[in-house]
Amino acid sequence: MTLLLCFWEFFKTGLFAVGGGLATIPFLQEMAEKHPDWFTREELTSFIAVSESTPGPIGINIATYAGYKIYGPLGSVICTFALVLPSFLVILLIAHALNKFKSSEIVQGAFYGIRPASTALISCAILTTFFDVLVNVSAVTSVRSFFDAIDYPAVALFAVILTAAAIFKKVHPIVFIAAGALAGIIFKM
Amino acid sequence: MYLDLFLTYAKVGAMTFGGGYAMLPILKREMVDRKGWVTEDDLIDCYAIGQCTPGVIAVNAATLIGYKKKGFLGALCATVGVITPPILIIICVASVIQAYSGNIYVKHALAGMNAAICAVIALTVFGLLKKTWKDPASVVIGLAVFALTVAFDIPTVLTVVAAAVVGVVISKVKKRR
Repeated sequence: MTLLLCFWEFFKTGLFAVGGGLATIPFLQEMAEKHPDWFTREELTSFIAVSESTPGPIGINIATYAGYKIYGPLGSVICTFALVLPSFLVILLIAHALNKFKSSEIVQGAFYGIRPASTALISCAILTTFFDVLVNVSAVTSVRSFFDAIDYPAVALFAVILTAAAIFKKVHPIVFIAAGALAGIIFKM
Repeated sequence: MYLDLFLTYAKVGAMTFGGGYAMLPILKREMVDRKGWVTEDDLIDCYAIGQCTPGVIAVNAATLIGYKKKGFLGALCATVGVITPPILIIICVASVIQAYSGNIYVKHALAGMNAAICAVIALTVFGLLKKTWKDPASVVIGLAVFALTVAFDIPTVLTVVAAAVVGVVISKVKKRR
């Protein structure tokens, strides 16, 4: 039953996540809230970090990792296939009329609306992740306790890596993620 | 040929780090330079369509090239090929991380990685914002979606569908002028 539900959730994600792997994150956050026994939002952040630092398209990696967490290797396979299936079907459907599809006014109009919306959804999801990682939300009971709840070492590491990544644009993200892991061990985060 | 498609795409899937665009130079080397299966223009075209279809861009491009080469089975071989290595790799990595999830060093490392990934994604999202919020109408759509998502608990699917409808309406109105 879980597997069937997984298949459905990831199929929906594959059908509506437009704009690459990161666009799946808002859907997965929603999943974490809807099915707390599958994975937590914090775990999702780790999925993303691992997915960025292992080979393969990010969207596939995140789905595989989430699937593994839910139902082991079988969950991985089911979730990833469910994620890929909708676009596979869509492409088969449009393959004989590609140019017509690409230049269709309705398709272009729809994507004109979806692209900025997708970015907005990703931004929201990422802001939620920021709060999860940088603030110990469960400890916040008042405005004053908010400042006590901030995870200052995490914020500092975030700031350092953000600056470094903004300066050294050519350096692959995996280097920064590895640096983060190392810093985490050294400073016992 | 089917095996060739599968293996070539498995190689691409195993060698790419990061999102769909990171895959483009590797696809070009394998598909255009080495195999001569498609021209560079074809590849760029496939990428453009990969972006206009839902799902993971790199996988969509693979499906499409596979289809162009060998129809349905070609598409299947290419798609399964590109996702097989990541599935295997992630299952291995995930099982190792899970097995050592109680280990204090793994915990520290994951905490550090989480802070780092925030920084990495912040920059990626910034790039996306620059690319997708480029004219007044798209900025308005983006801001509206952002505000509504923060304020209300709207299902993500509904937001995407609504944005598509708004996009169609706006482009119709624009055309009429």
